[in-house]
This record gives sequence, structure tokens and C-alpha cells, in this order.
Amino acid sequence: MPVQVQTELFDLGELTRSLHAEEPGVGAVATFVGYVRDLNQGDQVSELFLEHYPGMTERSLQQIIDRAHQRWPLQRASIVHRVGALKVGEPIVFVGVASEHRQEAFDACNFLMDYLKTHAPFWKREHTPSGERWVEGRESDQLAVNRWTA
Amino acid sequence: MILVNYFARYREQLGIGGEKIALDGSLRTIADLRQHLCARGETWQQVLGETSLMCALNQELCTPDAPIEDFDEIAFFPQVTGG
Repeated sequence: MPVQVQTELFDLGELTRSLHAEEPGVGAVATFVGYVRDLNQGDQVSELFLEHYPGMTERSLQQIIDRAHQRWPLQRASIVHRVGALKVGEPIVFVGVASEHRQEAFDACNFLMDYLKTHAPFWKREHTPSGERWVEGRESDQLAVNRWTA
Repeated sequence: MILVNYFARYREQLGIGGEKIALDGSLRTIADLRQHLCARGETWQQVLGETSLMCALNQELCTPDAPIEDFDEIAFFPQVTGG
């Protein structure tokens, strides 16, 4: 399955292997994993809660993967994103791309993350010592995605 | 009727996750709907009046000029922060 939205932890080894299993033409696999950090905007973070828009989330992730396939010759691409309560140090997202050569794998991986961060309907709420707060969108993420259309 | 959903901070600030709204002739686009909702009061104006507001029509991101039709599913939400 190229797209999965789940509350459970995922197995990095298994996800990485599934990108090139029975695909002898694959010469490169690039992966990215995002984790829950203990510090955001100077405040200690103990836990995150990830809300999403069921239905639209899966569709938007599939569309982002489709765009990457149109742009680069990729054998496989997959995105796994977790939702619900996540503790510091736990993985949030896995993005993996398999291609013949490394450059398109690196680029497509970057592309998938840039679009995911700005187009997929997920929202983070973080627990800090002073209470809970919603994480605000970042200008730098908007700028990062713009480079693909420049 | 159209279905309007609110997510994350918007849902909390507005105190509602979703609602059905009867479509009349004055609501032709997402922007019309937004204006209609903002007229409900100060909180609505503050939340849905944000310039960084994002919207979706039938589970696809869209711009405020997107036309709406009966039975559409519309959503308003703050900038997304996944990944």
C-alpha cells in the first residue's frame, strides 16, 4: 500500500524492504523519517496529538505520490503517517522512494515531504508545561514547496 | 444542503466540528459561504477571517473562488502542520 494513515508504530526495516522487494531494477532507495522532538519554539514538549481529515488525508497523500511519479521515473513511492497521541522520540512520518539512480530518489523524497507538509490535512497539537497549543504553519515550509513550481 | 467541516484550532475556537447548511441562491462560492459564516459574530469573523485560512471542496484543497453546489462537502481549517 503506497499510503497508510495509522495510529500504530511502523517498522522502518519492513517499509524500506517493501520499496525494492521483487523490483530488481531498483538501484536506489531514499527514505525520510520525521520524529517528535522534545523542544519547539523554546518550549519543552512532552507529547503531540495529530488530528487529520479522514478521507481527504488518504486522497491528498495519494495525489502527492502521483505527482512525484509524473515528475520522476520512480519504481515505488510510499508514505506512512501516524495520527493520534505520539510521545517524544516516536516516529511521525515515513516517506520512501525507490528508483534506478540516487538523484531522483533524493529529489522525489524531498518533494513528497515538502508537499505533505503544506498540502496534507494534518494538524499537530503539542503538550508543553504551560498547557496544550496548536502548532502554527511555518513560512519556511511554504517557501520550500514553492521551489518545485519555480 | 451542504456539509461544512471545521478542523483543529478552528473546530475548538468555533465550538463545532461540522454542520449542515441549506444552500440558497446567495451562496455560490466558498468565499460567499465564508462571508456568510463570518457574519455570525466576532469569533466567526476572527477565525474564518484569517488570511492563512485553508479550504477544501469535496476533500480537495481549493481556492475561495471555487463554486459550490448542493450536497458538496466543504472544510475550513488552519494551515496544515503534518510531517
